[in-house]
Amino acid sequence: MAVGSYAEARAPARRRALARAPRGTLGLGISMIYLSVFVLIPLAAVVVKAVEQGPTAFFDSITNSVALTALGVTLGSSLVVAAIGAVMGTLVAWVLVRDRFPGQRLVNSLIDLPFALPTIVAAITLIALYGPNSPFGLSLAYTRAGVLLAFLFVTLPFVVRSVQPVLIDLDPEAEECAASLGASNITTFRRIVLPAIRPAIASGAALAFARAVGEFGAVVLLAGKVQIASIVIFADIESDAPQAAASLSVVLLAISLIVLVLLRLLGNRNAR
Amino acid sequence: MRVSRRATLSLRTVAIGYLVVLLLVPLGLVFYRTFEHGFGYAWSWMTTPAAISALWLTLVIAAIAVPLNTIFGIICSYVLVRGRVRGRAILDSLIDLPFVVSPVIVGLALILVYGEGGWFGNWFISHGIPIIYAPAGMVIATVFVSLPFVVREVAPVLRAAGEEQEEAAATLGASSWQTFRRVTLPSIRWGVAYGVVLTSARALGEIGAVLVVSSNVAGSTLSLPLLVYQRDSQIGPAASSGAYAAAMELIVISLLVLVGMMLLGKRREEVR
Repeated sequence: MAVGSYAEARAPARRRALARAPRGTLGLGISMIYLSVFVLIPLAAVVVKAVEQGPTAFFDSITNSVALTALGVTLGSSLVVAAIGAVMGTLVAWVLVRDRFPGQRLVNSLIDLPFALPTIVAAITLIALYGPNSPFGLSLAYTRAGVLLAFLFVTLPFVVRSVQPVLIDLDPEAEECAASLGASNITTFRRIVLPAIRPAIASGAALAFARAVGEFGAVVLLAGKVQIASIVIFADIESDAPQAAASLSVVLLAISLIVLVLLRLLGNRNAR
Repeated sequence: MRVSRRATLSLRTVAIGYLVVLLLVPLGLVFYRTFEHGFGYAWSWMTTPAAISALWLTLVIAAIAVPLNTIFGIICSYVLVRGRVRGRAILDSLIDLPFVVSPVIVGLALILVYGEGGWFGNWFISHGIPIIYAPAGMVIATVFVSLPFVVREVAPVLRAAGEEQEEAAATLGASSWQTFRRVTLPSIRWGVAYGVVLTSARALGEIGAVLVVSSNVAGSTLSLPLLVYQRDSQIGPAASSGAYAAAMELIVISLLVLVGMMLLGKRREEVR
């Protein structure tokens, strides 16, 4: 009985405490628990696994030749993909915003195709085209060029979709002004358009880079002997070497975190 | 920019040519490869017991993961935009993690937590709840990879909607639940819908994270993307026909998703 009356006395107090708490307290708690169960605790387990046998084991697993080659190939290809994506994505965005031609809306919605298409479908389309039975006699599968193509396919929308809205909001008057003062197309683009869209290009390219570094589905059929970091991690898991897999994962996670922080800084600068 | 006719035309050609080579030619070839032996042959590959149960499993996984992430996404964006509680900044920066973590790492992380000898794995196994190499693990992996979409779509819409109407409702005596259901929810519904479409696309097509935690046994833990992978890994023209047929099912699903994106994207722009 005493316990019951205690609980009865506490309940309104607790309700009052919750009402006094800043708005969103309960929601923040639910969100953090959800995020922890599905994302944070699993990722923490990877980090713990990588370092629990000491720093030497960790460094050994990321400095052996397989791991180093994989990291080199992955980072190199991702940088190339980010660079090509930045140039081609800006070009496509410009054509979609400033050009008018029949079928433009269809082309515009095609851009989202790589987001809508499962990555394994991307892989099988690329195998059909550039694999051993290529109708064009191009056998790019199992080469670094094939991996590059797969990365370009899955990261296509990032730069386009980040540059496009900025370009739409950009006032054409400044460009016309520059042109009427005698600036050539290239000068106008370099001095007027580019400075305005540079942050958008950078954040699109950074997202493309991060996506390429971790990409798995699109290259799993194509990579073959090309050692991509995610493929090496998968092979490590399959051959029951979780410590090696976790160590390489930690390196990739660190790279992703750096990209995420850079994006945040970029976003803050844009917002100002 | 007053770009000359010739420059415009050549830019347009380059942009469309890039998209055709990267997107349309590969996709067209998969259509050809799927139906080159006739529709009936492809259909027979789509209706094998393994293929039917794979399609079913894919839909079931999405049917669990998408509502979970939608509810979380609405709560989380409410906290981020309307909350006054401290710690929102931390939540905001952690939300994007699943976008930049490689899917293979997700799989590894889940094995380390829920697998045999993992942090919680033994508890689940001793209570007869297998997670790794079981559909439950595939659901958790899917929740992980598709977690941020709804938040990232809803938060800007909620911010744009402003607080005045909610305050007005509160002044008129509506409870906070009434305000949420009658004022807030209708104002964000297109953002929610777009986020749901993006989440579904990702959930239906995920392979990397799911491949690691699946036992890849047809009829129990083989989802549609895994079926494509498994069939393509087998040797011989028959198996590759099967892979193309399964990929075609995914393509049809994702084209539906793309149409949804087009329709909802327009509504969303109007709201913004």
